[in-house]
Amino acid sequence: MDLTAISPALLVASLMVGATPLLLAALGELVVEKAGVLNLGVEGMMIVGAICGFAAAVQTGSPLAGFAFGALCGAGLSMIFAVLTQVMLSNQVATGLALTLFGLGLSSLVGQGYIGIKPPPTVRLDLGPLSDIPFLGRAVFSHDWVVYGSIALTAAVWWFLNRSRAGLTLRAVGENHDAAHALGIRVVAIRFAAIAFGGACAGLGGAYVSLVRVPQWTEGMTAGAGWIALAIVVFASWRPARVLVGAYLFGGVTVLQLNLQAAGSALPVEYLSMSPYVVTIVVLVVMSARRGARSTAAPASLGKPFHATV
Amino acid sequence: MIRLEKRPQPSRAWSWATPLLAVALTLLAGGLMFAALGKDPVAALRTIFLDPLFDPQFAAYSRPQLLVKAGPLILIAVGLSLGFRAGVWNIGAEGQYIVGALCGAGAGLALYPLEAWWIFPMMVLAGAAGGFLWAMIPAILRIRFNTNEILVSLLLVYVAENLLASMAVGRLRNPEGGGFPGSRNLAQWSSSANPELIPGTGMHWGVAAAFIAVILAYVLLQRHLMGFHIRLAGQAPRAARFAGVRPAVLVAFCLGVSGALAGLAGIFEVTGPSGQISIDFNVGYGFTAIIVAFLGRLHPVGILFAGLLLALTYIGGELASFMLNIPAAAIQAFQGMLLFFLLAVDVLTNYRIRRGRTVTP
Amino acid sequence: MEDGTAPLLALSGLTKSYPGVRANDDVSFAIHAGEVHALLGENGAGKSTLVKTIFGLVAPDAGEMRLAGKPFAPASPQEARAAGIGMVFQHFSLFDALDVAENVALGMDTPPPRRVLQDRIASVSREYGLPLDPRRIVGDLSAGERQRVEIVRCLLGAPRLLIMDEPTSVLTPQEVALLFATLRQLTAEGTAILYISHKLDEIRALCDRATILRGGRVVASVDPRESSARDLAEMMVGEALSAPARSGAAGGGELLEVDALSLPPAHAFGTALREVSLTLRAGEVLGIGGVAGNGQDELLAALSGEMRADAGRIRLRGTGVGRMGPVARRARGLLAAPEERLGHAAAPDMSLTENAVLSAHTRKRLARRGFIDWRAARAFADAVIDRFDVRTPSSRTAARALSGGNLQKFVIGREIMQDPVVLVVNQPTWGVDAAAAAAIRQALIDLAGRGAGVIVISQDLDELMEVSDRFAALNGGRLSAPRPAAGLSVDEIGLMLGGTHDMEAAHAHPH
Repeated sequence: MDLTAISPALLVASLMVGATPLLLAALGELVVEKAGVLNLGVEGMMIVGAICGFAAAVQTGSPLAGFAFGALCGAGLSMIFAVLTQVMLSNQVATGLALTLFGLGLSSLVGQGYIGIKPPPTVRLDLGPLSDIPFLGRAVFSHDWVVYGSIALTAAVWWFLNRSRAGLTLRAVGENHDAAHALGIRVVAIRFAAIAFGGACAGLGGAYVSLVRVPQWTEGMTAGAGWIALAIVVFASWRPARVLVGAYLFGGVTVLQLNLQAAGSALPVEYLSMSPYVVTIVVLVVMSARRGARSTAAPASLGKPFHATV
Repeated sequence: MIRLEKRPQPSRAWSWATPLLAVALTLLAGGLMFAALGKDPVAALRTIFLDPLFDPQFAAYSRPQLLVKAGPLILIAVGLSLGFRAGVWNIGAEGQYIVGALCGAGAGLALYPLEAWWIFPMMVLAGAAGGFLWAMIPAILRIRFNTNEILVSLLLVYVAENLLASMAVGRLRNPEGGGFPGSRNLAQWSSSANPELIPGTGMHWGVAAAFIAVILAYVLLQRHLMGFHIRLAGQAPRAARFAGVRPAVLVAFCLGVSGALAGLAGIFEVTGPSGQISIDFNVGYGFTAIIVAFLGRLHPVGILFAGLLLALTYIGGELASFMLNIPAAAIQAFQGMLLFFLLAVDVLTNYRIRRGRTVTP
Repeated sequence: MEDGTAPLLALSGLTKSYPGVRANDDVSFAIHAGEVHALLGENGAGKSTLVKTIFGLVAPDAGEMRLAGKPFAPASPQEARAAGIGMVFQHFSLFDALDVAENVALGMDTPPPRRVLQDRIASVSREYGLPLDPRRIVGDLSAGERQRVEIVRCLLGAPRLLIMDEPTSVLTPQEVALLFATLRQLTAEGTAILYISHKLDEIRALCDRATILRGGRVVASVDPRESSARDLAEMMVGEALSAPARSGAAGGGELLEVDALSLPPAHAFGTALREVSLTLRAGEVLGIGGVAGNGQDELLAALSGEMRADAGRIRLRGTGVGRMGPVARRARGLLAAPEERLGHAAAPDMSLTENAVLSAHTRKRLARRGFIDWRAARAFADAVIDRFDVRTPSSRTAARALSGGNLQKFVIGREIMQDPVVLVVNQPTWGVDAAAAAAIRQALIDLAGRGAGVIVISQDLDELMEVSDRFAALNGGRLSAPRPAAGLSVDEIGLMLGGTHDMEAAHAHPH
């Protein structure tokens, strides 16, 4: 194996690109779970965002339109979940699974005519002198706006949850929806909004996969990224800053194994490809084993159905 | 304003009617989807649901396929339904199906070309053991470390798929296959073959196993304390602990049984209909079985019917793709829609819909 | 003060129906500024529907309200709060994982910035004698402190009317005295208080006026200080009540011995048990009092087998059962009935027959080699229904369809009819109507009369005094030494329950 074939600057650069869809999807799911809703449909919303964003970008020639449409479709799909779980009071686990299964089918249906096409390129931001710094310029300061936007979104989500009135209300709904209802907080409306935000983030993340990271459309191309995003939320103990760390960690593992494959590692390709999933499982185990009874960070109403009783 | 009012107890009538209503709504929405794809909706639905059974040209081929496809779906769904009832969410049946097939096939191929009557039963046991052990990974992690079994079992599907890819081009590759990936044909080796038991019906050992699983699950849930405890744990976890149910036993039982049944489905498939281990021998039965389990209302008899219906969508989907050029993916979306509608109308079992304003939202 | 001035809040003809039940039927009465007005009634009399109407959570079918003379029909709690109505809920509407200031902010429509709010919480809590640290996580507070959070949250809105729903059910007698002082200070400043309770002595000590509801209707409106507790009780229940008959058979052989039992808390905000010791004799009822959240759930779980301990820590007739699970303990005669009927003692969606199997399959032999004998199970469920007068269409009815009192009779009856050696019950009559409560207490006393040992864990001191031979108090996970119940005074009980110690704890954490 030739490790010198791996350029550190390119490795960091592709790590940031690889981590961005995970970060977006996980931030969205974090907000959803903070509102007390468990949406297991992240994978489905991502893949629908991937194809819808791809299709829109190809049709209009504008990557920006692609990202916007991907986010919109992710949010739209999540509304099915919202209506079912919040209005029809269906089981959240089953409905999330249904969303993923439906999203996978829908995406390959929509994607029939888009296989093998190149999307319009997403421009990289010119950060002037920053982009010219040796190593760092190439690794960190020569990305498109979505990469920086996702990092900014991390800070925004943190501020929203911990510093804003609306964020406090959202956390209250996730902690104890009955008490929130008794105080006159509109539980269902807040959860609808949170679910839509989660859907939009997952859709945006999916669009990033098909428009920038790969960039083309293939069936099932998100390949479990949605599930890893769900795991990142657990890994992060429901904290935005740790979601960032988690996304970059898992993005790093993915990028590293791809680079090792390219460098001709002694390990068979299949074992390298399974490594991100194995690492995710190991991290989940470590996190859940460490968590004592006292410090359960999960929102107390997570996954429980809410029906306003009179 | 329309609002929901909880029924004093679940409606029996609706618990039977909701799956039928969901199917009806799915047919309606599916018709719209086909119309949106520019196909004649009536023709599409007829091709999917009626032609495989009644069209003189296709029925001879399609009818046996019904059991061939329904067998693994029912077998896996029966296992999953136990866990879903108990609140143990195994959604990695696809992985257990793959690993079961790999273990069973590996155990058999190790003896190739020996001919003996006991090879097939041994492979079946090895397949069940493979699925069981793969499912015990999330079970043990949940019991020991309280790790979420939903995520672990699902992530293990991706691991299993990579394992399958590695085996198909590596250890289990047919040495006489001219370098093509894929194992020897197990259906053509008489010691490992899982043949059609009654010619022209599609009935093979896996289908027989599915019927037996339905009966055993029915008895377990209706008559046995273990089944009672499974239902209890799902409905009221604290009451289950009060009754003396040990959560660890339940998690191990539900994941173990569903894993073993998925493994069985896998080994019956590679020794019969599919014939060999190949990179893509798995066609998503493990995921479709989740829909089957819910459509059957997690009831063994319901699952029997739901498995046959979903099998029909597979066969009809192939036919529609061949006859009307409807993409195969449309069927997958169709199946997802079915689950949505089912979950949506399920509310009628436990709630009454009333008009008028009482509660501020 | 009632005459002459317009009432602060006047209700007239309020009617509210739910399918099958008329929760409020033509309810009319008035609350005046500066008075403490009691709303008295049994569970199911319509009290909570009425206060939810006033607080904007329920819209009435008919009738109207006037606040200070103007029509008042709040569509939401926000509107009610804006009009000057504050409410302290019975089951606190608090968020365990958030801190005091965040909890207070959530109850306000336009909360000030965090630092300002913290100062205001501190000043209001000083002013009204309600010590509270705004930065503490609410899940770590005692029940009394949690109630203070709710009260402070209301007071910051400067309410004209404060509604308090069963405020003393979770307080020690000393904390009750403190609360009353706060309430009197408020009324002196002109605030009206609507005080919901079924504790007659409290109402007679505190309230100026009492409106009594029965079956959704106002049956009387009296000055509680001029009525006897017995009169009030009979107006509330509509029939004469009799105290349970005692058999006085206590003092047989030792049945159960708990020896320095320590256990970690059952959940994140639970209480650890610390060196709990007790002995229970045949024919004896041991009453265990205590404010909610002091280890009651953990003690029941430790005795039922839901939580395990070392074998020797719990001995039943000399055999160590600490390590056994619920099934093995039941086989030996140690039975339990937890506090929460729906979801813990019984599965809501299962039939009564299935719920009979839940805890009785071992002792009543309802299963053979793992296979359930449904015919025998139905016969047993029917027997329980028959003997304990459980009002239900049949044993096939789902548990959740029964009223609280009837389900509780079924749950207690299910355990009693298994002939326990020792029966442990937690809050046996919580939320149960008076007739059913009396029947349940009598059944427990009769069980002890037949030679069983009974432990009654309860927050209702009147109930404990009625049924217990000996009394012990649970406080912070520690159990006091049991004392004979006869002759204990309220003050002595109060001291056993821990008195005001958690208040001192609050003072010990200055901000």
